[in-house]
Amino acid sequence: MLRYIVRRLLHTIPLLIGISLISFLVIHAAPGGPVEMATDLNPRATAEYRQRLVEYYGLDKPLHVQYVQWLGRMATLDFGQSFSRDGRQVSEKITERIPVTLGINVLSLGLIILVAVPVGIYSAVRKDSWFDRVSTVTVFTGYAVPAFWLALLLMILFGVRLGWLPISGLVSLEHESLPFAGKVWDRARHLVLPVFVSAFTGLAGFSRYMRSNMLEVIRQDYIASAKAKGLPERKVVFRHALRNALLPLITILGLSVPGLLGGSVIFESIFAIPGLGQLFYQGVMARDYPLVMGSLVIGAFLTLLGNLLADVGYALADPRIKTE
Amino acid sequence: MKFYRVIAVALAVAVLAGCAKKKEDAAGEASPSPSAAPAYGDAIVEGSIGDVSGFLTAVTGDSASHTAAGYVFNGLVRYDKNLKLEGELAESWEVSPDGRKITFHLRKGVTWHDGKPFTSEDVMFTYRKMIDPNTPTAYAEDFKQVTRASAPDSSTFIVEYEKPFAPALASWGMHVLPKHLLEGYPDISRSPANKKPVGTGPFRFVEWKTGEKTVFEANPDYFEGRPYLSRVITRVIPDLATTFLELKSGGLDMMGLTPLQYTRQTETEEFRRSFNKYRYLSFGYTYLGFRLSHPLFSDKRVRQAFAYAINKKEIIDGVLFGLGQEATGPYKPGTWAYNPDVRKYPYDPERAKALLAEAGWKDADEDGILDKGGRKFAFTVLTNAGNDSRAKTAAIIQQSLAAVGIRMEIRTLEWSAFINEFVDKRKFDAVILGWSISQDPDQYDIWSSKKTGPKEFNFIGFANDEVDRLLEEGRRTFDMEKRKKAYFRIQEILAEEQPYVFLYYPDSLPAVQKRIRGIEPAPAGISYNFIKWYVPKGERKYTSFQP
Amino acid sequence: MMAGSTSMFRDFLRRLGKNRLAVAGGIVVSFLFLVAAVPSAFAPHDPSRIDVLKILEPPSADHPLGTDELGRDVLSRMVHGARISMEVGFVAMGIATVIGLVIGLIAGFYGRWVDAALMRFVDIMLCFPSFFLILAVIAFLGPSIVNIMAIIGLTSWMGAARLVRAEMLSLKERDFVAAARAQGAGDLRIIFRHILPNAIAPILVWATLGVAGAILVESSLSFLGIGVQPPTPSWGNMLTAGKDNIEFAWWLSVYPGMAILVTVLGYYLLGEGIQDAADPRLTGR
Repeated sequence: MLRYIVRRLLHTIPLLIGISLISFLVIHAAPGGPVEMATDLNPRATAEYRQRLVEYYGLDKPLHVQYVQWLGRMATLDFGQSFSRDGRQVSEKITERIPVTLGINVLSLGLIILVAVPVGIYSAVRKDSWFDRVSTVTVFTGYAVPAFWLALLLMILFGVRLGWLPISGLVSLEHESLPFAGKVWDRARHLVLPVFVSAFTGLAGFSRYMRSNMLEVIRQDYIASAKAKGLPERKVVFRHALRNALLPLITILGLSVPGLLGGSVIFESIFAIPGLGQLFYQGVMARDYPLVMGSLVIGAFLTLLGNLLADVGYALADPRIKTE
Repeated sequence: MKFYRVIAVALAVAVLAGCAKKKEDAAGEASPSPSAAPAYGDAIVEGSIGDVSGFLTAVTGDSASHTAAGYVFNGLVRYDKNLKLEGELAESWEVSPDGRKITFHLRKGVTWHDGKPFTSEDVMFTYRKMIDPNTPTAYAEDFKQVTRASAPDSSTFIVEYEKPFAPALASWGMHVLPKHLLEGYPDISRSPANKKPVGTGPFRFVEWKTGEKTVFEANPDYFEGRPYLSRVITRVIPDLATTFLELKSGGLDMMGLTPLQYTRQTETEEFRRSFNKYRYLSFGYTYLGFRLSHPLFSDKRVRQAFAYAINKKEIIDGVLFGLGQEATGPYKPGTWAYNPDVRKYPYDPERAKALLAEAGWKDADEDGILDKGGRKFAFTVLTNAGNDSRAKTAAIIQQSLAAVGIRMEIRTLEWSAFINEFVDKRKFDAVILGWSISQDPDQYDIWSSKKTGPKEFNFIGFANDEVDRLLEEGRRTFDMEKRKKAYFRIQEILAEEQPYVFLYYPDSLPAVQKRIRGIEPAPAGISYNFIKWYVPKGERKYTSFQP
Repeated sequence: MMAGSTSMFRDFLRRLGKNRLAVAGGIVVSFLFLVAAVPSAFAPHDPSRIDVLKILEPPSADHPLGTDELGRDVLSRMVHGARISMEVGFVAMGIATVIGLVIGLIAGFYGRWVDAALMRFVDIMLCFPSFFLILAVIAFLGPSIVNIMAIIGLTSWMGAARLVRAEMLSLKERDFVAAARAQGAGDLRIIFRHILPNAIAPILVWATLGVAGAILVESSLSFLGIGVQPPTPSWGNMLTAGKDNIEFAWWLSVYPGMAILVTVLGYYLLGEGIQDAADPRLTGR
């Protein structure tokens, strides 16, 4: 097992280098270049100030030198200083936002699996049934509805009309003064809408995957023979088919990270949640190059991590991998 | 929105953008009954599209940061509710007869939030930081005009200028920084005080949760008296639709409404029960600016024809739902520098056509588009993405111009690309943008022919000898009458030349929760007496914040 | 051979026709094609005709879907927006498909280190939150339709590449390819005559779903203010413009919102239907 993990880790090194290279190129493809922006909000910026920026970022050096320098700093998680007026370290800005984004995405992934697995199985087992059709349309509706629009409709319904749920933010303003249970309840209420929107819009991939996996497994010979032996269908499905259909889902979990991160830009903006998505969007609009580069790399890195965890998890769950 | 921000850097020193005249109601604000007497306590919750980037106004450029800093810091001077300069940290000041020396007499007994006394040393320190090349500030220019600064005693601060410099006085509205906390930092934007400010102002900093909110609490020792409201909380809500829903559901106490929200969405019984709406002219205008070196626009008659062809009233009706005024020049109606008697351009497409014909533009090939010497009258107007009212303005202008035979394409660009790639490199035909109007009428940066370089604000390339002379005259005297004469004449010239077609001044449309009392709209808007706003005891909403 | 493929296609159509959801999706998609092809047949007014006297009128006989904040006819804008949204979807997926095909073919055909290198590249691209990349590039280069189509295409070809490569690998060793090679057919000929036709079905499905995805991405970009820029109507920017008045002028956001929903749903149901019909193994239980 250990050897597998090590091999898998080595495998990620070229990916990391590729990721950094692409992030670097995207930024440098931008017309004007970083300095233009840093001095833009400061119309009277002096020539020296510009010069200092150029030196600081090594912009006067050839591209490949800049890249190597940047790579070196990145290896120590130093993404440089944000161009925004707060001048904070990019790594600091990103780390303070990650827990929120990851937290919501983990919750929504949990919810997705809770719903997608049974729905997928049942639609596969009862293929072309009434349930299959309705669930197909429902999960695709979740995918097809523009997330921000759905979010607004839900906010109006549950926040304004019914007044059951808070509209935006993570906690209420008097959160600090609440007792512990109150704090938990307060946080939970704030999370209902964002987690639901994120889960509903992300449901389709998983439930369809579950369904087709299940279909695939069901028509395998051993299932047929189990059935032929007269085992009840329930038992066949749960004993034999489910396990084999669930396994590939682990891989999909890993692959879903980039999509979820991308989606967080939208729901964090509409729900006013201070997460990575919102940070990235603001960074992009302000041309905060160090921040954008840092977020791209971190985002890709999280995906790699997700894939790695998924693969390891898969290997743990399926002993055949080890011998391969 | 964003353009105003950049411009605020250039022009405005005062923090709170205000307004001229209250045109409408305070929606039947009840006179305070005994039970509604001022009381300490409760909080006001505001929304902001963007997060604060720091609290030291010298080194921040965005409006969210400036608003937040305004709670914590004071300047030597400020504009009062009638837009006259008055002392803030300075009790009084004198300008020497030759106009070259200003002596500020500082308030005594003022302390910083950490208890240290405020003295002229702090003012001196602030001045030094403003001209220090290590300070990444956009406001250095005004302070560089100072030839000598001195602090003869702890409550006197004197500055001298080579020539009289009228905008100087207003520039001392710059927030005074605490020397004892910033001394060790060559670049103050990197100092802890930029994140945890300590000032002399009415509110003390409590916390800044990045991307989420900032919180301030009342300063019980404030030199103008303790503010009634215990807390000021600003929540970051990036989406305007969300902001409005939060307001309606009670999550916010105050927001600036859009014209559509003001006219159509808040006219319900329910909304009126909970909110007061205010309306007054804002400090800004929107314009169509021409690149004057462009062959299409170098002829004055063509620009005047544009002014006649564009139906400003239609724009105000369509974009602002009538909540604004037709603009005639770069000053705000009702302020002392505003000249109401300049050449006007009522909507008159026939006259526009006649002027264009005079300039040689006729539809010779009868395709509906004017031409001259084989060249069609077609150009592209640029505006910035994400500004709804400018996009709509562009669409309406497009239609009006088509009616007189001019084809205008609209191109929307993301802000920084717009500025860096097009405006700075002069790669544009025309732009639709806005300026905010500073309280001091000096607009040297915008109209002087010496300010046409890259990164400077006269990007249309306006050059007029008389205007150059008048701009210089206006900023070199403290004599109001002389200044007024100079600026009146400038407005006449601008109206005649039409380097911009001045389109409209929009209204500010704040809505404030009804439990908050003490709001008295004035020419400066509503924020000037913020420390007097209060919530009557029986109507408190946030009770966990102890008064 | 010819007869065989026709009857296979007929079988395919028969299976597709039995899938009612796919048929519904197909109808939606065909209708949209029609609308996008001849917008003037469906739009009662000029979509950019401003009338400040008719601002925000609810649906009526003259304006079946109401008017917008500038008094423009919402139906006409929807119809023209359909064209823009479809264009964005199709061009973006066209770009992605071509890139994916080329990379997949090269990787699958030449194998060895070429394959390894290209597949690493695919892995790298798959690691990026593609919406992050799209956002960054659009914000840096400016939100023009061309940029939007190009960048969506450039960030979404990986699926096609993988599909084509997998198909190549499985077909390469098959008899008919070996036979063609024995007869002296060149690489290109083998690819275009023998391998590509077999990869068409999965690519088609993938691209159908991709068009839907691109329409959604455009609406997300519009929400963030950097999608197709007004006054050019796209469903995304119409929905975004309508969202601020969602409670007051519901017709501004409900119609574009529903249009996006129904369209994307239609594409998906159709795409899935094609997949099922093309792969009969999954149908016979």
